[in-house]
Amino acid sequence: MSDETMKHREVRIPRAVKRGAVLLGLVVLSLAVALSITGCGSKKKNSSATTSAAGKCQLQVFSWWTGGGEAAGLAKLITDWNTTSSLGGGSPACQFKNETVAGGAGSNAKAVLAQRLVAKKPPDSFQGHAGKELLDYIKAGQIEPINFIYKAGGFENAMAPQLIKQITYKGNLYSVPVNIHRANILWFNPKVLKAAGITIAAGAPLTWDQFISDLNAIKSKQPNVTPLSLGEAWTQKNLLETVIIGVVGPDGWASLFTKSGDWSSAGVTTALDRFKTLLTYTNSDASSLTWQDAGKLVVDGKAAFNLMGDWQEGYFGGKKSAGNLGMKSGVDYSWTAMADNNGVFDWLSDSFTLPKGAPHRDAAVKWLTFLGSLKAQDTFNPVKGSIPARTDANAALYDTYLKWSLKQWKTDKLACSLAHGCIASNAWNADVDTALGQFMQSKDVAAFQKALAAAAKKNA
Amino acid sequence: MKNIRRWGPGLLLVSPSIILITIFVYGLIGWNVKVSLSNWRQAQPTSHYSGIGAYQDLNHDAAFRQSLAHLLVFTIVFALGTLIIGWTLALLLDKGVKGEGFFRAVFLFPMAISFIAAGIVWRWLMNPAPGNRATGLNVIFDKLGLHALANQWYLDSNPVIGGIRSWGMAAMAMPAIWALSGYVMALYLAGFRGVPEELREAARMDGASELRVYRHVVFPHLKPVTLAALIIIGHISIKIFDLMVAIGGKQGFNTQTPAVYMWIQIYDRSDFAKGAAIATLLLLLISVLVIPYLIYTVRSERRS
Repeated sequence: MSDETMKHREVRIPRAVKRGAVLLGLVVLSLAVALSITGCGSKKKNSSATTSAAGKCQLQVFSWWTGGGEAAGLAKLITDWNTTSSLGGGSPACQFKNETVAGGAGSNAKAVLAQRLVAKKPPDSFQGHAGKELLDYIKAGQIEPINFIYKAGGFENAMAPQLIKQITYKGNLYSVPVNIHRANILWFNPKVLKAAGITIAAGAPLTWDQFISDLNAIKSKQPNVTPLSLGEAWTQKNLLETVIIGVVGPDGWASLFTKSGDWSSAGVTTALDRFKTLLTYTNSDASSLTWQDAGKLVVDGKAAFNLMGDWQEGYFGGKKSAGNLGMKSGVDYSWTAMADNNGVFDWLSDSFTLPKGAPHRDAAVKWLTFLGSLKAQDTFNPVKGSIPARTDANAALYDTYLKWSLKQWKTDKLACSLAHGCIASNAWNADVDTALGQFMQSKDVAAFQKALAAAAKKNA
Repeated sequence: MKNIRRWGPGLLLVSPSIILITIFVYGLIGWNVKVSLSNWRQAQPTSHYSGIGAYQDLNHDAAFRQSLAHLLVFTIVFALGTLIIGWTLALLLDKGVKGEGFFRAVFLFPMAISFIAAGIVWRWLMNPAPGNRATGLNVIFDKLGLHALANQWYLDSNPVIGGIRSWGMAAMAMPAIWALSGYVMALYLAGFRGVPEELREAARMDGASELRVYRHVVFPHLKPVTLAALIIIGHISIKIFDLMVAIGGKQGFNTQTPAVYMWIQIYDRSDFAKGAAIATLLLLLISVLVIPYLIYTVRSERRS
């Protein structure tokens, strides 16, 4: 067939339509290109606006202090910062920009922070637990050494030597610790215990056997009360570490996290069996409760015991107006060291860092110097429910529990916490989380121990 | 080039999409596979080729196997639930009912709600608190005297059959079924309506009862619809992440699917190669589902 016939048979696209299609294609293409270019451009404009405009300085501080005493303590520090002329209140003013992400133990905050650091958009300072948790940031070159801040503030003379030793990495210090918390405290409701015929004096030593018999007494005499209230995954890990510390002791605990640590030992097996026993006394809906929910059960009389760090003190005893429970120490709640943990201070420390490329570095340095000062630490800690990292605290400012804790800090042996990023890196913690999650499903102690040993081999 | 006037404008119109999909879909898939084969196992990025180490790790990883088991339970309950409920709703609407448009809209709305929002409400409903602390569905069951129905919902870690856990994942399928049965209903409704009325008339004239008309004339036409629905539900299920995190939390192991485990590997463990390996495996899993279906569709279109 000739070309002419072919042309007549096929549908001919009118010239106008062809032109229209070409035009449309060009318009769409140029729109796509233009949008992608302006997208990049506008981002650059925004970032320069926050940094270069004179006087519009904002100190971006990233933390996970969103609840209870933590938020209240931070609020006081913010007020101090904003109103003191030598800090953020002077001119040019650098007001505090509170960037918090909720989620106990910073489980959500760390993910958000990681993204910002990789995107090279760090805050001016961020909260991190003193110890191995900062190792990832140090190795990635994301935070600056701040030995000069310690020198200027005279901190090395004011803080406990064990603490300084733990947070020094290759001769450099990378964060200013604001407080010391203790993670192995057993909180209980004296009224609930009394109804089951148990009395425990505040701070009195408790052996494992005594603890189990107390739990049994609660179980039999008060069937509507949960003997040991428990919360979500990280609180379960917190409970686990205190049980292991109770069996292997602080030195054994420290050695477990070295290259020669033996997680397959009989001591660990005993500890894991004890942990399994404890779980039989806990509430079945643990994984759906936050640490505050689990703690509140004790104060409400719905649970007898709860193992939690001493930020629980800020939540139990703090003012109701700040979202706390406003309870009376010794009457509505009391405490002691976890069973077999007497004389061992399972410590962790909230500290702040200086990220590389902080948008307002001068203000950030001032912030860190302020945090290490006696004034800041004695303002923050009584409200937060922790003791200062400095050793020259004014004990009169602290409540009953904290006075006890201050005393213990001076005499107890120290065990660096696992659940709070002191003794192990984030990666190791994630592996422990996975192993613990599987154990909570299967309750298989042997498999759990194997998984913990594998995690140690991988990460030590 | 002679006929460029014919296909030129069309190509120009489609070219932005082609370019963007090539870069952002296939390019990034390729990059993902590259990362999974690299030695980027810690927070600092590296890009040396290191072989299938990440895949071998996954092979020995009990937690990953567990997340696959969770996914299996979830997928089966989810697929069966949406198919049965969607099919039933379509059947009820097929006959034509007053206000059919209203009912269609009501059944379809849950699909428009994000899994995060739906997840939070379902978390309240499925609250596992027992006894005197019960809230949500548990307290409703208690008040109605149906104590036996109150259970642990998504925290139930008992195995379903053999070693495959868990019943908690079957409970997690409830919000997903609620969200997507309307969509399956829409598919089936189109399927029902696609059966020519002449066929039904012919069957009725041959003396078939209404039930038989449905059984022997209408339902056989629904096979392609069922297949399409299964594929879509299957691929949603394999990717499911936000519903699990909204209800069980990121750290909740009982509701962990491979997508959640992947997140944990990347952001908590900083093991990027392993995370990328999980992503690649999920892609392969979905391909196993979707590619045969695509081939089948293309072939049946060619035949007709």
